[in-house]
Amino acid sequence: MATQIKAKAQPNAKAQPKAKAQQTSRIASDGRHEGYLRYASFRWLKITVILSLLLIASYFLVDIRPRHNGGSWYGYTLGSIGVLIILWLTMLGIRKRTMSNRHWSLKAWTSAHVYLGLSLIVIGTLHTGFQLGWNVHSLAYVLMMLVILSGIWGISVYATLPRVMSANRDQTTETQMLASLNSIDRQLHDAAQPLGQYYAELVQTSLRQNPFGGGIFSRLSNQYPRCKTRKAHAVFMEITGGSPQVGEDPVEKVNSLLGRKKAILARTRKHLQLKALLEIWLYVHVPLTFALIAALSAHIVSVFFYW
Amino acid sequence: MTFLVRQISRTAEGREIIRPQSHDASEIIIGRDAACEIHLADLAVELRHASIKALDSGHIEIASLGGLGFEADGRIVTQIKINPAGGAELRFGSHILKIAREDGIVTITAERKGELSDNGSAQDEASLFTMRGLLPGRRISAWAFLILVLAAFLAWPIHSFYNYKKNERESAAFRADTFWSSGKLSTAHASLENNCKACHTEAFVAVKDSSCASCHTDVHNHADPKRLKIAKAPLEWDGKLLRDIGIQFNRPEGRCVECHTEHEGAGPMQATKQEFCTSCHATMDTRLIGTKLPNAGDFGTAHPQFTPLVATAAGLPPVMKRVSLDKKPTDDSGLKFPHAMHLSRTNGVARMAQRLGGKYDFGSSASDSALQCKDCHTKTADGVRFMPVTMESNCAMCHSLGLEKIGDTVRTLRHGDPRMVVADIRAFYRAGGPFRAKTQPMIEGRRRPGEFAVSRPYFAYFGSVNYGRADSAVRAVFSKGGACYDCHTIFTPPAGSDNWGVQAVHQSMRYMAKGWFDHNAHKTETCSSCHKAGQSNLATDLLLPGIATCRNCHGGEASRSDVPSSCAMCHSYHIGDGAPWVPSHREYPGRKKDPKQDKIAIRREE
Repeated sequence: MATQIKAKAQPNAKAQPKAKAQQTSRIASDGRHEGYLRYASFRWLKITVILSLLLIASYFLVDIRPRHNGGSWYGYTLGSIGVLIILWLTMLGIRKRTMSNRHWSLKAWTSAHVYLGLSLIVIGTLHTGFQLGWNVHSLAYVLMMLVILSGIWGISVYATLPRVMSANRDQTTETQMLASLNSIDRQLHDAAQPLGQYYAELVQTSLRQNPFGGGIFSRLSNQYPRCKTRKAHAVFMEITGGSPQVGEDPVEKVNSLLGRKKAILARTRKHLQLKALLEIWLYVHVPLTFALIAALSAHIVSVFFYW
Repeated sequence: MTFLVRQISRTAEGREIIRPQSHDASEIIIGRDAACEIHLADLAVELRHASIKALDSGHIEIASLGGLGFEADGRIVTQIKINPAGGAELRFGSHILKIAREDGIVTITAERKGELSDNGSAQDEASLFTMRGLLPGRRISAWAFLILVLAAFLAWPIHSFYNYKKNERESAAFRADTFWSSGKLSTAHASLENNCKACHTEAFVAVKDSSCASCHTDVHNHADPKRLKIAKAPLEWDGKLLRDIGIQFNRPEGRCVECHTEHEGAGPMQATKQEFCTSCHATMDTRLIGTKLPNAGDFGTAHPQFTPLVATAAGLPPVMKRVSLDKKPTDDSGLKFPHAMHLSRTNGVARMAQRLGGKYDFGSSASDSALQCKDCHTKTADGVRFMPVTMESNCAMCHSLGLEKIGDTVRTLRHGDPRMVVADIRAFYRAGGPFRAKTQPMIEGRRRPGEFAVSRPYFAYFGSVNYGRADSAVRAVFSKGGACYDCHTIFTPPAGSDNWGVQAVHQSMRYMAKGWFDHNAHKTETCSSCHKAGQSNLATDLLLPGIATCRNCHGGEASRSDVPSSCAMCHSYHIGDGAPWVPSHREYPGRKKDPKQDKIAIRREE
C-alpha cells in the first residue's frame, strides 16, 4: 500500500515506454498512475453501485410482513451476502502479507476491499430492516459501521496526508531528524557547562525531558503543553532579549541552541503527528474488525440457537 | 594527602578511557567548573558542588558547598564522613564517584552513568516513529476485543441458557441470553421478555407449538389438518425452495410463530398478512371439492356478499338459515314493528315522544325529542353490539300494560305470560265488577289506538267499549286493536278456551357469526348510514348493510381505501365467538384467568 501512496503523491510520474510493458497494472493507458481507488476504471466502484442499487430496489419490491427484518428469507439472504463479504474483506490482512504475481494483484484486491467494504453500509443496513436495539445483533451492526468509518478515514488520510508530510519533512529523513536533535543536545550540554546552577538546571530540564512524551493525545494533536525546551527558551529569551549579542556569552549560545532545538522539535513533532494520523485508523480498523467477527459469530450462533 | 582521581569516559564503541590524575592537597573540589579537581561535565552538578577534605583520622569528609546535596550510598546528604578503606559510592547528577583506598592513597573514580539527554534517541528509532507504546498493539487489542465480545455475547448467554434457574422469583432477574433478543416482545408477551427459555426451550430447535400451547390451552385448529393440507394452494418454485430450506434448517411448516411473529417491537402483536388466508381461500373450491365456503380473497375485490344467519320463520326454535344479502332475506323475529313509524319526526309517535321526552330522555336534545335508535336499542357493555329489545326497558315507556290504578300504583298485566294476562283480567272483573269507564281513570280520554288526546301512555287495551264481561275484555286484549296483538302474532284458541298463544320472539344479537363487526369501532358513523331503518315498515326487514356499504371505507390489505383491511380485521383463524386476534382471556374480561397460567411456561420443565 505504501508504494501506492508514494506514487499517488506524484500522480504525474511518467512511465518509460520500456517499463510500461512490465507495469501495465500500475500505469493507465494515458500514462498516468492508477491507484487502487481508480483501478481498472473504477471497476469495483461500478460493481458496488450496481449491487447496492439492486439491493435497495429489491428491498422495496420484496414484501416482508409485518415489516422487513433480518429473520425473513430476504433478511437471511442479505445477511449471508454480508458475512461472506466481511470474511473476504478480512482476508486482505493475509493477502497483503503474501507476495503474488498472479491474477489478483494486491491493488485489485485493495480496490475491491474498499468498494465492497462500502457496499456493506447498504447490505448491513437493509439486513437490519432498520430495527436496532440494545442487543448483540445491533452490536455487530454498529461495529461494522465503525470499521467502515475508520476505513473511510484511512482512505482520506492516505489521499491527503503524504503530501503534507513530504512538505514538512523537507528532504530530511527520520534518522536525520533524530541525529540533529542529538547533536543539538550535545551542544547544549557543552554550552551550558559554564552557566550558573539555575540556568544549568533549566537546560538540564530540556535535556532530561523526552520531548515526544505526552501520550497519544499529544501525538495526534501536536500539543505539548509541558515542553521544557519551550519554557527554558522563554527564560533565556527574557535574559538575552535586552542585551546586545556578544559572541562569547555562553548564555547567548545556549539561547540560540534552544531556539534551534525548538525548531527541530516542531518539525519532528509535526512529522510524528502526521504519521500517527496516518496510522491511527488501523488501530481502530483492525481490532474492531476482530470485535466485529466475534460479534458476528455470536449474532449468527444466537440466531440459530434461539431459532 | 594524595587523592588519585580517575575519570572514566567511553568511546562510541563503548571502550573505556581512564584518565588518572593525582592531587596532593588536603582538600579537593567537585564541580562543573573546569577548575575543579574533580570536574564533572554535568548540568545537574553545581559549578563548585562539594569539597573533599582529608581528616587526621584517615577519614575523609565530603561537604556540600552551595547547599545542594548529593547521594551517598543511596541517601541524599549535604555532608558525610567516610572511611575510604571501607569504600563508598557517591552520586552527583549523572556521575558516580567510587571512593576507595589503594596503597594508602584515596582513589576517587568518576564515571557518567546515563545519557546526557533523554531526547528519544535512546529509544528505538523504529518505535519512536510509530504508535508503539502510545496505544496497545493492534494484535493485542484485536485479541482482547475478540475474547471480550465472545465471552460476553456468546459464552455468557449460552451459560445462562444451560444454567436456567427454574426458581420463579428469579424470572425477573437479568439473564445474559437477553443480549440475543432481536427486539421487544409484543404487549401480550411482555412479561416473558426476560425469560427466553419460556419459548426457546431447546438449543438450535425452532420455537415449537408446544411452547405456545403451554399457556394458550384453549386454542384449537383452524380446521381438520387433512383438509387444511388439501386446501392449501400448491407452492410456486420460490415457496417450495423456502419451505425446503426451512425444513433443512429445522424450521417445519405451519408453526404458530409463522403467523404470530414476535420480537417485532413493543405494542400490540402485528396482524397476520392477508396472503396467509388467501393462499387457501382465494381459490379453495378448486382443491377442496364440495366445500360450502365460497372463495374469498381481497376484501375490496374478491370477497363474497355477506350471508347472515336469519330466521326465515319465527317460532321456538325459529328456522335459522344463512342467506346471502343479495337475495334480500327477511328476518322473522316474531314481532310486529314498523321502524319508519317510530322514527318519524311528524306523526303521533313523534308527538308522544315529545310529551314523554323530558321523562325518558328521548331524542337528541330537549328541543328535538323525536325517537332515535338509542331510545330503544341499548349497547352491550363492550359496545360491540346491541342488547335485544325488551318490553320492560325499551317499550313500556309508551306501551304500558297498565290495567288499573290503585292509589298511586299502576297495576299492569304481566308481559310474556298470556295465561297470567287472562287470569289477571278475570280476577279484575271478579273483584271490581263490571268495568265502567268512569271508574277507570286509566283509560279516560283514551279511546282508540292512535288517538293520543292526553299525555299518557298506551294502556292494556284501547277499545272504546266498556266491556261488561271478562270474556270480552280478554278477547279484546289479544285481538286487533288490543295491547298484545299490535306487537305480537297471536294464536287464537278454540271457542271457549282461554289458551291464547303468542308467537315466541327471537331477536338476533349477531347475524354474522363467522365475521366480527364492532359497533364501537364505527362510532364516527351514524346508525342510518348503514341501517336504513327510517324506510322500513316491516319488522321482518333485515336492516343489515351489504358488502358494498362496507367497501365505501374498507378495501383490501394493500388497497388505497380509507381503511385497508386484511382478513384478520374481521376473521379469526382460531374460530371462536370473540374478536379476532384477541386472546380468549381478554375477550371476556369477566372470565377469571388462571393465575397459574403465567407460570406454566416457567414450570413446564419441572
